[in-house]
Amino acid sequence: MKYLEEFSDPELAARLLDDIRATVTRPWALMEVCGGQTHSIIRHGIDQLLPEQIEMIHGPGCPVCVTPLEIIDKALEIASRPGVIFCSFGDMLRVPGSGRDLFRVKSAGADVRVVYSPLDALNLARDNPDRQVVFFGIGFETTAPPNAMTVYQAKRQGIENFSLLVSHVRVPPAIRAIMESPSCRVQGFLAAGHVCSVMGTAEYPELAERYRVPIVVTGFEPLDILEGIRRTVRQLEAGRHELENAYPRAVPAEGNPAARAMLADVFEVTDRAWRGIGVIPGSGWRLSQAYRDYDAECRFDVGDMHTAESATCRSGEVLQGLIKPHECEAFGTECTPRNPLGATMVSSEGACAAYYSYRRLATPTVRAGASPRVPAGV
Amino acid sequence: MCLAVPGRIVSIAERDHMRMATVDFGGVLKDVCLAYLPDIEVGDYTIVHVGFAIQRLDEASALETLALFENLGILDTEFGDDWDRAAQESGAAPVAAS
Amino acid sequence: MTLDITGWVCPLPLRDSPTIVMGHGGGGAMSAELIHHLFLPALAPAAGATQVLADLGDSAVVGVAGMRLAMSTDSYVVRPMFFPGGSIGDLAVNGTVNDIAMSGAAPLYLTAGFILEEGTAVEVVGRVAEAMGVAARTAGVTVVTGDTKVVDAGHGDGVYVTTAGVGFVPAGVDIGPSRARPGDVVIVSGAIGMHGIAVMSVRDGLEFESQIRSDTAALHGLVAAMIEPDDDGVRPGVRVLRDPTRGGLAASLNEIAAASGVGVDVVERSVPVPAHVANACGFLGLDPWYVANEGKLVAFVAPEDAADVLERMRAHPLGAEAAVIGECVEEHPGMVVAHTAFGATRVVDLPIGEQLPRIC
Repeated sequence: MKYLEEFSDPELAARLLDDIRATVTRPWALMEVCGGQTHSIIRHGIDQLLPEQIEMIHGPGCPVCVTPLEIIDKALEIASRPGVIFCSFGDMLRVPGSGRDLFRVKSAGADVRVVYSPLDALNLARDNPDRQVVFFGIGFETTAPPNAMTVYQAKRQGIENFSLLVSHVRVPPAIRAIMESPSCRVQGFLAAGHVCSVMGTAEYPELAERYRVPIVVTGFEPLDILEGIRRTVRQLEAGRHELENAYPRAVPAEGNPAARAMLADVFEVTDRAWRGIGVIPGSGWRLSQAYRDYDAECRFDVGDMHTAESATCRSGEVLQGLIKPHECEAFGTECTPRNPLGATMVSSEGACAAYYSYRRLATPTVRAGASPRVPAGV
Repeated sequence: MCLAVPGRIVSIAERDHMRMATVDFGGVLKDVCLAYLPDIEVGDYTIVHVGFAIQRLDEASALETLALFENLGILDTEFGDDWDRAAQESGAAPVAAS
Repeated sequence: MTLDITGWVCPLPLRDSPTIVMGHGGGGAMSAELIHHLFLPALAPAAGATQVLADLGDSAVVGVAGMRLAMSTDSYVVRPMFFPGGSIGDLAVNGTVNDIAMSGAAPLYLTAGFILEEGTAVEVVGRVAEAMGVAARTAGVTVVTGDTKVVDAGHGDGVYVTTAGVGFVPAGVDIGPSRARPGDVVIVSGAIGMHGIAVMSVRDGLEFESQIRSDTAALHGLVAAMIEPDDDGVRPGVRVLRDPTRGGLAASLNEIAAASGVGVDVVERSVPVPAHVANACGFLGLDPWYVANEGKLVAFVAPEDAADVLERMRAHPLGAEAAVIGECVEEHPGMVVAHTAFGATRVVDLPIGEQLPRIC
């Protein structure tokens, strides 16, 4: 299919790999920000093919992984209310809250439904005027415009039985937080291609300059990922730290102005807690005043929720790239994809789940000498 | 957050107060909201995320990128390591990289 | 509209879940746990009686009066009941026929049990029964007995069908999930992912247009062609047969790898996936290897007979696109490993339940 197969060509991949091998002279640690990129790397085994000196640290670009525990618990509470139809993307259904997940809540009789698009939830609200339809609005800047349009239409069409439970997060503040972490090892970033399709590239040169890291806007097909890595390594070897766009076919520098205009209307920037990391200032969006009536947190009284993150789970450190999944004591024993303690093991993009899948073939998990704990929020 | 897939716009119509399109994903047709791409036309390619077209795919740019990959290694062979080294020392991007 | 997530995954393991959750029916690891920890112990035979259930084949082979009888049962709860290429009626017949065929047996007779929800249109029940009749006659099997029950509205989901089947395993045929050995060649009878995507294309919440139709078909004719003795009366070494339904190709390969204690190496590029299926999976975020098939089989064949069996398959209408996709190895026993087009590897896990569409 056009725009896909061409960017999966194994022969071109081999050339990109050769170029990377010929370029690299010393170890570099790169982070791919987006969960979709992690998925592609794992699926095609790209990190196995890279020269040994290049380490890929899987970043926190998985909205499933970073949705704060408190929001999941609120989702579970709202979904359990009588008369509510709770709609969500498939990704979120298996993420554990403090004790349950949406599937368990469904099993207890709640009306929980998976949708492909937030507009499907809006249609449900229109078709079921006697029910409250709530959509779980998670995601990065790529998903925010679809959610924004849905709320905009709800207001415009007077569909008052619809509301949005918002947990949107933004990439640039996350990059900032990662770079400011004292144990940060990341030397270069593959920026999230589709986030930039929406937001453009304007926010990144300042980050590249301030933290002296190359930032390369990267796509998702195997050749795109390899090209992103190749350009990042070239910059590192040359001592450069600039923004580059390795995904120009889908990322114009200005992004999508219509989408950004809608975001500016429907959302406003807010501080947001990232599961396992802590509060990152200005890293999220919430509904703006004009749309606050459609905010599910306001509409349903889900005030103080008692959240209890697993004491054993070190997903926060994994998300920041501070430890590798197998360096966590619970990895593969207490915590597996079937019995996940934290979101990084539940989501197939989560670093821990990814490691669990492919690492079992290679080395046994490390037990002795596991990394010391770093407190969350550092 | 990033699963967005390329598709070709087959037809455009207004539905539910929004500009909507039928998009062809290599033989699979799906309704997609075009509200964020007011200038896109039938026959264009777009990337679709959760039922919304979020950006137009630029064909010329795609071909350029592929050509860049095709040319990797060829220029290096022609000009050898000296070029790379010179480029790196001067802080400019080596020939094959841009 | 929303998706019907009936049959999809829930990650909570049995020990933590006092109630049945959807994942228990997904055909993946949670279903396996329910079987191993609840059903097998409860249904263990009396001391001295033959242990067959624990073999967990598609069908059970039991000795009766000096013959080997293959028996199988399956329940059909698919939603929606009618989809491109077929209906719950076709699945109910072909599914059980195929389970019997996976033992190498020729299916003969079926039973049919119906659980009907009060309020279901009689016309709908008629269409299901009609489809079953056509499928049975096409497959050359006969429904010989059945049952009908009605449950209160809200306690069923239209029509549930359970079929059981029997057939005789010919002498000299020994096919079962634990028989694979290192060196065996893995062959798939055709392109995968069609049934699951066809059903999804008409499920509430997705509704996309495509040419994809369910591949539901009775496979016993193909199996017979594969194991027929040659002129010297020798049958090709077909060691394992499995029809990859719920959980798809990945689930079947994992189950066989575990049952036989072998590793399975799969060459990703050689697994046939129709372009439309791949594209539908693309925008939904699904992996075709985990999507259900209803008219395909996977065969593990002794290496010296692989070429012959492949030829026999390709000569049969239901095996025209048969392809070698991998082999059994001594390494990583119990694990399935895919070799990607780029020369790397990844572990292909048993699904926890059925896949969910994703946005990440």
